[in-house]
Order: sequence, then structure tokens, then C-alpha cells
Amino acid sequence: MTMTFDDLLPLMPMLIVTATAIIAMLMIGVKRSYLLTSAITITGLLLASVVAAAMLPFTNQQITPLFIIDHYSLFFTVVMCASAMFISILSFPYFFNLDDQKEEFYLLLVIATIGAIVMVSSNHFVSTLLGLETLSMSLYGMVAYPLHSKESAKYPLEASVKYLILSAVASGFIVFGMALVYAQTGTLSFTSLVTAASLTNSLGESYSIVALLMISAGMAFKLSLAPFHLWTPDVYEGSPLPATTYLATVGKAAMFVVFLRFIHITEALSFPSVVTVFSLIAVASILAGNLLALLQDNLKRILAYSSIAHMGYLMIAVIATYSSEGTISIEAVTFYLLAYVIMSLGGFGVASVISSSEKEFDSISDYRGLFWRNPWLASSFMAMLLSLAGIPLTIGFIGKFYIFLAGVESGLWVLLAVLVVGSGIGLYYYLRIIYRMLMPVDQSIQYRIAGIESISSYGVLAILVFLLLLFGIYPAPVMSLVADISAYI
Amino acid sequence: MILVVLISVLFFGGVLAWLSEGLDSKFPRIIALAAVLIDLLIMLTLLGIPEPTDSAWIISLNADWMPRFGISFHLALDGLSTLLLLLTGFLGVVAIGSAWNEITEKVGFFYFCLLWTLAGVVGVFTALDLFLFFFFWEVMLIPMYFIIAVWGHENKNYAAMKFFLFTQVTGMLMLVSILVLAYFHYVQFGWFSFDYLDLLNVNISNNIEMMVMLGFFVAFTTKLPSFPLHSWLPDAHSQAPTAGSVILAGILLKTGAYGLIRFAIPLFPEASMRFAPVAMTLAVISILYCAKVAFAQTDIKRLIAYTSISHMGFVLLGIYAWNEIALQGAIMTMLAHGLSAAALFMLAGGLQHRIHTRNMQDMGGFWAKVPRMSFVALFFSIAALGMPGLGNFVGEFLALLGAFQANITLTVLAAFGLIFASVYSLWVIQKVFHGEYKNTNFDDSGLDDLSRREMFYFGAMMLGLIWMGMYPQSFLDLSAATLNNLLSITEGVAASVVQTTL
Repeated sequence: MTMTFDDLLPLMPMLIVTATAIIAMLMIGVKRSYLLTSAITITGLLLASVVAAAMLPFTNQQITPLFIIDHYSLFFTVVMCASAMFISILSFPYFFNLDDQKEEFYLLLVIATIGAIVMVSSNHFVSTLLGLETLSMSLYGMVAYPLHSKESAKYPLEASVKYLILSAVASGFIVFGMALVYAQTGTLSFTSLVTAASLTNSLGESYSIVALLMISAGMAFKLSLAPFHLWTPDVYEGSPLPATTYLATVGKAAMFVVFLRFIHITEALSFPSVVTVFSLIAVASILAGNLLALLQDNLKRILAYSSIAHMGYLMIAVIATYSSEGTISIEAVTFYLLAYVIMSLGGFGVASVISSSEKEFDSISDYRGLFWRNPWLASSFMAMLLSLAGIPLTIGFIGKFYIFLAGVESGLWVLLAVLVVGSGIGLYYYLRIIYRMLMPVDQSIQYRIAGIESISSYGVLAILVFLLLLFGIYPAPVMSLVADISAYI
Repeated sequence: MILVVLISVLFFGGVLAWLSEGLDSKFPRIIALAAVLIDLLIMLTLLGIPEPTDSAWIISLNADWMPRFGISFHLALDGLSTLLLLLTGFLGVVAIGSAWNEITEKVGFFYFCLLWTLAGVVGVFTALDLFLFFFFWEVMLIPMYFIIAVWGHENKNYAAMKFFLFTQVTGMLMLVSILVLAYFHYVQFGWFSFDYLDLLNVNISNNIEMMVMLGFFVAFTTKLPSFPLHSWLPDAHSQAPTAGSVILAGILLKTGAYGLIRFAIPLFPEASMRFAPVAMTLAVISILYCAKVAFAQTDIKRLIAYTSISHMGFVLLGIYAWNEIALQGAIMTMLAHGLSAAALFMLAGGLQHRIHTRNMQDMGGFWAKVPRMSFVALFFSIAALGMPGLGNFVGEFLALLGAFQANITLTVLAAFGLIFASVYSLWVIQKVFHGEYKNTNFDDSGLDDLSRREMFYFGAMMLGLIWMGMYPQSFLDLSAATLNNLLSITEGVAASVVQTTL
């Protein structure tokens, strides 16, 4: 198959990010300059997200069998590039004083972002796997990034090896599942398994179900859905904060987009046993995530468990996609993913602002009295936590509203009951952190003195809080955008 | 438009109050007072608007908010809302007065929270879109959580958490119910709507209607609160600062009753009628059980909190009797209890501020030392126990009179609550204010009589109660049109339910 220039144009965001990686790499080879490398990275990612946003209204094209560049994938390309850009800005002050080679972190981050873009634009097993591995390989490096400090990223090697081994096993599951699907359908593109199973020469329905469950198990591992969640808290805690942030936002969201597309196109949910398994996964994730978060005192671990619970909430909307008539449940997934990315970025962003590669403030007792010391920072954090808890005025509330609506539409009463219980438990640990911030100031905690390099981090936080409140108070424009793009999946 | 002004004055006043702390720590309270006074004045001008003849809504405002789901920014005002707004404005001023000297730390943030709570309450009393209603319902929680968690007493974390969890979790049940209702509207009419006036037309089959109604009922009776969902209230009250208690007892509890009258029953008339005996039984249990528990308290704030639950039982009883007299009684009780409970909490808070204890066993014979305070306490205790001539009597009497038509047995039982009320009210007076003065367990150097400022607030509240008791017609007239409207919505249904049960 030949590619024309017309085919290259929709791939522009991907090409820009790739070019950024190459330029950054050559740049490091010529002259090591932390400032310049980060500037190139940030500019490249910004450019890619602007281009993707500009292309969004009029691009809808299948480029080779591997990539689908439509409104949906472009929307998430914007989200991925923008998040990666925000993380680059947040990690600038974090690594600023690191006494080692620090430019490569940006390189890894950009390469991971290429993987993420490939994933969100994929409707083919090969591109899914390529994107997934590109993302994961770079993440291993980011998780294990050497910091030489006992007070931050306590166990980077342990975290990295754990992630590497388990992730490889999960990839193995996915590949095996893909092979089974290929045996059934004879194509590596996502196609309906229902039609394939009904053909006379098919291998039978159970074959499809096994294939679907293997792929789903592998993806559930990457999404840290219970019972495949065991690596999450350790890896979150062990890695440097920017790597954790990346893993929690871009890593999860990209995976979820492929997952949604895969489930939607293959019509996996028309097999009742798959629905049962997914429902169990959703219930287990919500309960395990929320209950285990109650026992934690480490902020990263709390956010890790809370992300498990949030993935469980998203699963409810995924399950709802099958029985719903319109696109409401797909809109629910889309909106909630957007909300999840914004609030997780904000939550980790606050921790990044006061932490550095020398010392991370990741115990919740470190946040004691923060509200009286730095009311703006603490207010941002509170906004993020309340959003995670789904309280009005924030995007998290609208997201939860969508999920409830999707659940009601499909009549998933048991799952909704679990969602109510889970959110109730969740409130407790979010409020615990908020209460810490409201307690009297503890003078023994000395935060990093913010230098000039941190200004942009505060800017990122301000943008995130603004978006959080804007989408929470006046979500109508985003709602219509989400409704528009969800028709394309 | 005027309704948006009401809410935004409080919202922006709150932000301004917080910011002004940087200039001078006296500014926040002045700004807060000014904001609430402006609101109160606007609310008073609302009384002058002539009532339209064709509908019960005096003014309304409807703008698109989230057109994707038919969610609109729909605010409207009728007689019932007006009464409750006036209560909110009045108690807002009183709450700021009670915090005037008591709150000395983090002043700006305190008044910010206070005004935002009030803004949420104003929104709840005027919202006619159910999504918007839920939005305000939750918005008033967070600042209230902060008020308890930051300025509360020794066990504030526990109390604030309990308050938040109870109201938030039951609120989520209500959200599910709202969504089910909106979804049924979608199924029946082909488009989404969260508008109260649209949702009134939705028909739901019996069993589902009961489940959906219960979602609302649980949320509202948690806020009211009613047995068995009341246990957060004594903790919240005993730990909250005085102004927090005033807002909580005076206004926040009324949002639950308002929700029942405005939403729970009119939206689900059949299910509500079938459920009424259960609700009224819960009301009677609240009245009697909490009166008994109140008698066993030694902490003066917990005692008043339990009496609040007991009095709110009359409101619940009146609402589920669902006839005009009973509803008028419920509304009068809401207003009168708002004033009397707020005043009692201010007295308890004032005592705690002066002698740093709430334990009644350490107190006694205060009449000799603080005669003005003792008189005020006696007045409001007598009001709370339902002395004829004061507002509470009118409310509880009408509630019982109306309930008598609906269910004789339960009404007779509920009437015993009046006797219990006299017992515990007078017992407090006897224990704390009569007898010989003792100050063995606390430092009484700060025990001063009420200041002029405090007397002014208490005086205004006394006048309010006397007015309600002597000339209740002025209040009854305001809510009459609303109630007729609500009763006409459920009229046909009520008759059919009575038919089938006979």
C-alpha cells in the first residue's frame, strides 16, 4: 500500500512529536543543556496539541489499516500531548537540582507520548501493540530514573523491575489473545467477533470469549483494575513523581481509549459471560481501591488506590455502552477520562510543586497546615481532591453525573449501588487529606524554597484549576464536543 | 434576575471577605454583614411584588445551562420560598452577630464559608431544576464542613466527617433518583429534562416510583433529620462553633423539610401517599425517642440538638399528613423552630465561650450571676416547649390538628411530645439557672451577662416569635397560594389512593 501526502497530513501530530524526540536526542548529543532540552520538548508537545486541535473538526480518515485518525482519536491526541506538556513543565523544577544526567528524562517522556498517540489512533492489533510497547518501554526507564536520593522515589529499581516483569506478562496475555482472535477472524483489524462467531466455519463462541478475556486481562493490568492491580501502589510510590504522574494520567488514559475502541468494535459485551466478568472487575476495583486507600498514609499510594477505584467507575460506563441506545455511555467514558486526567494531573502537580528530586513530600502528614501557609496551593489541592470525590462545582461531579446517567440508562442497579458505596468510602480518605491541610501549621516541615524555576509549575496548576472549575460550572461546550466526537468511535 | 443577584451577592461577598482579611482582620465581618444585609433588604422588597393570579410563582428565571441533557438554570420564587429566604437572611445576620467576637482566628476564611453556605441555601430554596437543586444542595455542604472542621471544638474532625458522609452519601442516592426520573422523562417524552415543572408530568409504575421516592426521602430526612438517620446531628452541633450551629439548626435542617414539601411528595404523589403511614411513624418515633434521649444528656448543646430532632418530627408529621392545615403547621414550625433553636444554640455557645464547658452538671444557679441571659434562656425554652402566644405553639398545634385528620393514633402519640418538651425544657432551666450558684469546676471570671449587641439579636428573635404567635395569619397568607398549588397537583392521586385503601 502506498502512502500519499494526503495520508501524511493527518499524521502530523504524531510526526511532530517524533521529530521532537529526534531533535531532542541530537541536541543532547551536541550539547547537554537542561533548559534547552526541556524547551524543545515543551514546544514540540505544544505544537502537536495545537495542530491536532486545529485538525479536529475536519479530519476523519483511515490511514493504512493501522491508524484511524478521526475526531475521537484527535481529541485524545490533544489530551495526551497537552498532559505530556504539563508533566514536562512540572518536572522541570523537580529535576532542576539533580546532580546527574537529567535531559534523557524528557527524551523518554516524548517517546512515551508517541506510543500514547499511536494507541489512541489505533484500530488494529499491530498498532495497538506497537503503541503499548513504546509507551511501556519508555515508562520502565522513567520509573527507574536514577535520583540518588533516599528521600525521594525510595525504590525506583524495585518499582521498575516489578512493572517490567508484570507488564511483560500482561503484554504476553494480550498477544496470545490477539492470536486467538486472528485465528477466529483472519484479520488483525478490530472487527466484530459476533459476526465472526456466527460464520459456519468459525471456531465457536467459547473461542472468542477466551480471546476477549485474555486481551481484557492484559489491558486490565495496564489499567490497574482489580484483581490485576497489585503492582500499582508499589510502582506509584517507588517512582519519581513526574514518572508517577505520567503513568497515572497519559498511561492510563491512552490504554483506556484503545480498550474502549476494542470493546466497542468487537462487540465484546454481547457475550453475557464477558459482561459478568467486567461487572465483577468493576465491583472489585471500586471496593478494593476505596477500601485499601483508607489504610494508607502515603499520598502516592492513596492516589494509586483511588485511581484503581476511578478505573472501576469507568468500567461501569463501559459496561453500559452495550445496552444503551445512543452514545451517552461512550460520552460518559470520554468525559470521565478527561476529568480523570485533569484531576490526577492536578493532584500530582501539587505534590510536584513542593517536592524535588532531593526530597519528595509524599506523606499526608507533610501537608499539615498547608492551607494556612500557602492558601492558593492548598486550595488547588482541595479542588482536585473534591473533584476526585465528585463534589459539585468541579469537573469530577459532572463526570460522576455522566456515569450515573449511563448506569441508569442501562439499568445497572447493582453497579450503581456499589458506586454510591464506593464514593462514600472514598470521601473519607479525601477528607482526611483536606483535614490535614486545615490543621494548625507544623513548623518542623520545611518545604523546598521555590525558586524562579517553579513559576511555570504554578502556572500549570492555575490552568488545571481553571479547567477543573470551568468544566464543572459551565460544561455545556465540552459536553457538545464530547457528544460530537463520541459518535465517531 | 433578582434571584441571581441574591445568590451572587453572597458568593462574591464571601470571596471579598476572604480577600479583605489581608488588609485588616476587622474587614471580613463587616463585609459579610453588609452582604447579608443587602440580601435581606432585597428579600424584603420581594414581599412587595404582587402575587400573580395565574400561577404561584412570583418571579422566575430560566436559562440554558447544559442543553445536552435539558438542564437549565431555572430559579423561581413562590410564597414558601420567600418565607424560607427571609428566615435565611434573618438568621444569616444573627449568625454573623454570634460570630462577631467569638471567631478570632482565620477570620476571612470563616466568613467566606459562612456566606457560601448561605448562598447554597438560597440556591436550594429557589432552584426549580433538579440538577441545579442538587448542585446547590451539595455546594452548601463543603463550607459547612470547613466551619465545623476548622473552628469546631475538641472532637471536630469526627463530627465534621460524620456530617459530611451522612449528607453526601444520602445525597448521592438522591442524585440516582433524580437521574432515574429524568430518564423516565426521556423515555416518555423523547427528550431529557431536569425541570421540576416537566418532571411533574412523568408517570412511573408503582414499584419503581416507590424506590425513586425513597431516594429523595432518605436524602431529605437525613438533613431534617429524622430517626433513624439523625445520629450525625448531635455530634455536628456539639462540635460546631456557635454560628455554625445557628446556620445548621436554623436553616440547613429546613432544607430537608423544604425538599419533602417541594419535591418528594409532589413528584411522587402515589408512592408518598402509600408511604405516608411509615413516614408518620418515623416522625412519631423521632418526637418521642429524641425527647427521651434529650433528657438523658449532660452536654447542653447535645441536649438542644436532640430537642431539635424531636421538634422536626412535628414537621415531618405535618408534611406527610399532606393537607393544608398540617402543611401550614409544618411551615410555621420550621420558621419558629428556626428562631428558637438558633437562639438556644447561641445561648449555649455564649455560655461555652464564657466558661469553656458544656457540661450541665458543672452549672447551676446562674440566674443570680447573669439575670439577662437567664431570662432570655427561659423565654426561648418556653417558646420551644410550645407555650401559646409564641410561634412554636401555632406551628405544632396546626401540625397536630392537620395530622389528626390523617391518622388519629399517631397524632395522639405525637401529642405526648409536647409534654416531654415541657419536661426537658424546664429541667434545663432548673438545672442551669435556678438553685444555688456553683462554680466548682470552671473558671467563672469570663462569665458576664449578655452584652447590648447580644441583647439586640435576642430581642429581634423574641419579637419574631411573638409576632408568629400573635398574628400567624401574615405568614399563613404567604404560603397559602403555594400550598394550594401543591395540593392541587396531588389531589386526583390522593383521592384514588384513598379509594383503593378503603
